[in-house]
Amino acid sequence: MKKTIRMALAGTVFALLVGCGSQAVKEDGKAAVEERTPGAATSAPAVSGTPSAAPSQSGGVTSKPIAPSGTGVTTLSPLKDPNNILSKRSIFYDYDSDAIKEEFQLVLRAHAKYLADNRGAKLLVQGNTDERGGREYNLALGQRRAEAVKRALVLMNVQESQVEAVSLGKEKSRCEEQSDACYAQNRRSDLLHSGEF
Amino acid sequence: MNRVIALLQFILFGLVFFAHGASAQLTIEITGGGANQIPIAVLQFAGEGGVPGSISDIVEADLQRTGRFRTLYAGGVSAPPTEPSQINFADWRNRTADAIVIGGVNRLPDGRFEVRFRLLDVNKQTQLGGVAYTLTAAQMRLTAHKIADFIYEKLTGERGVSSTRIAYVVKQQGRFELKVADSDGQNAQTVLASPEPILSPSWSPDGTRLAYVSFQLKKPVVYVQDLLGGKQITVANFKGSNSAPKWSPDGKQLALVLSRDGGSQIYVINPDGSGAARRLTTSSAIDTEPFYSPDGQLIYFTSDRGGSPQVYRMSAAGGDAARVTFQGDYNVSPRLSPDGKTLVYITRISGRFQLAAMDIASGQVQLLTDTQRDESPSFAPNGRMILYASEINGRGVLAAVSSDGRFRQRLTVQAADVREPAWGPFLGN
Repeated sequence: MKKTIRMALAGTVFALLVGCGSQAVKEDGKAAVEERTPGAATSAPAVSGTPSAAPSQSGGVTSKPIAPSGTGVTTLSPLKDPNNILSKRSIFYDYDSDAIKEEFQLVLRAHAKYLADNRGAKLLVQGNTDERGGREYNLALGQRRAEAVKRALVLMNVQESQVEAVSLGKEKSRCEEQSDACYAQNRRSDLLHSGEF
Repeated sequence: MNRVIALLQFILFGLVFFAHGASAQLTIEITGGGANQIPIAVLQFAGEGGVPGSISDIVEADLQRTGRFRTLYAGGVSAPPTEPSQINFADWRNRTADAIVIGGVNRLPDGRFEVRFRLLDVNKQTQLGGVAYTLTAAQMRLTAHKIADFIYEKLTGERGVSSTRIAYVVKQQGRFELKVADSDGQNAQTVLASPEPILSPSWSPDGTRLAYVSFQLKKPVVYVQDLLGGKQITVANFKGSNSAPKWSPDGKQLALVLSRDGGSQIYVINPDGSGAARRLTTSSAIDTEPFYSPDGQLIYFTSDRGGSPQVYRMSAAGGDAARVTFQGDYNVSPRLSPDGKTLVYITRISGRFQLAAMDIASGQVQLLTDTQRDESPSFAPNGRMILYASEINGRGVLAAVSSDGRFRQRLTVQAADVREPAWGPFLGN
């Protein structure tokens, strides 16, 4: 798997990374969760199209992006185009770690480039933890994860004022079961662009 | 050994008691007995049949819930006595009662009620105290709680907490409600309802306001809400996360955690949101969950500056911190007892999160629970019980344990997750 990613890296840029998502997110197969129906995302905050929305009802939902039918493709925002790496919005972590794993570098770079190209654009990074341990301590751990993402983006030429790092702690579990696979899905940072938070 | 004794007591004296309320009320179940309980009989009050809610039942339940009393069967009396002269003390001595409570309820011409009661010493055949109250029907439960507190104080020498209130968060069908209820879980009122999480409620020392964290703006923001008027004030909505508010004992400041300058650090701020936040810690680690000592001089908090989360303390003005917990590699959520002598916190042992108590003077640590996922402890204002969140069959429940670990009870809400309890201050403080 790692080799695959290195090859992808060597193959330069992040453009046209159509099949990359399933490779880049390797926490487990279920990580495809983040490929939620992109067209459904709206700016209404409570709508479940954004990563911040209510915890998914059915644990490890594996929703497949529905390809936009017809010719609407060209008008799709790069952030919402399921074939664009910018539609990848989650970074997953190891237990008790805020290290951004190599497999998420491409995703981060893509978002960094978008923010650098669009100086008016803002990003909200929401750090999350699995459900074990105290709520407030987990809130601080999630903050640490979100800030690590923010630091990485700033190093990639994003302006600090473009990014806000916040934590949702263990309060917004995507997966509610008490299993390692579930915990792995909840240890993540979600990236929300302007209009999505 | 302690646990064996506790278990034996559970088997010997374990009473199971259900207080039924309207749905979504907390139901309390006593799951373990205490030591040296005072045997007491609360007789039916004369005239309480025609009154909403049975005062004597509420008093009896309150006393049971303290863990300090063994309530005896009080039936078999032809007519409820209201005067000591009507009492057959020899009979009550045979029933092993040390104390009995008698009383009566009268409806007054203006529609209000008069409730009077007497607490009698069975062995000395004397009255230990008695009070008459004039009240409306709506004040019946509170009056019963006050009677229980009077009895508790007369017989134990300490203030009772039956008339205090508790705050907690209920999660039900994806909605969150911050609630305030009587200490017996009845009379629950919703303070805030939101589709977004609510956590860390903290009572102002005078019991009139709650500080808490709400995600209603899609990120953690600290608010203070007036319980009477219901007005919500934004106290801290800085860039980043705002969390873990705790009142100073004089009510003039909130300690809280902000990440606005990078990292989770402890600050103080005015509870009305005025003025600037003042930073107290300057570490590159996580500093969170501030908790003032009762004299306001110290702040205990959680920090992972040493590599694992541990409890530290520092001056309330900030500055150097000293580590307080040393056993284990995960100790969080420190709370001091009202007398400042005991620290309770959540410790992780072999993957289980349990409530631990440390004697501050000796450093001696005792585990108070044997459950899996305990969180958010909160002392009763008299220091006798600790309310905390736990989990049973994947569902959040509230539980309480006496400060010696011997007496336990559980508070559940039907089909809902209950969490984040905070025990309010004494009434009229």
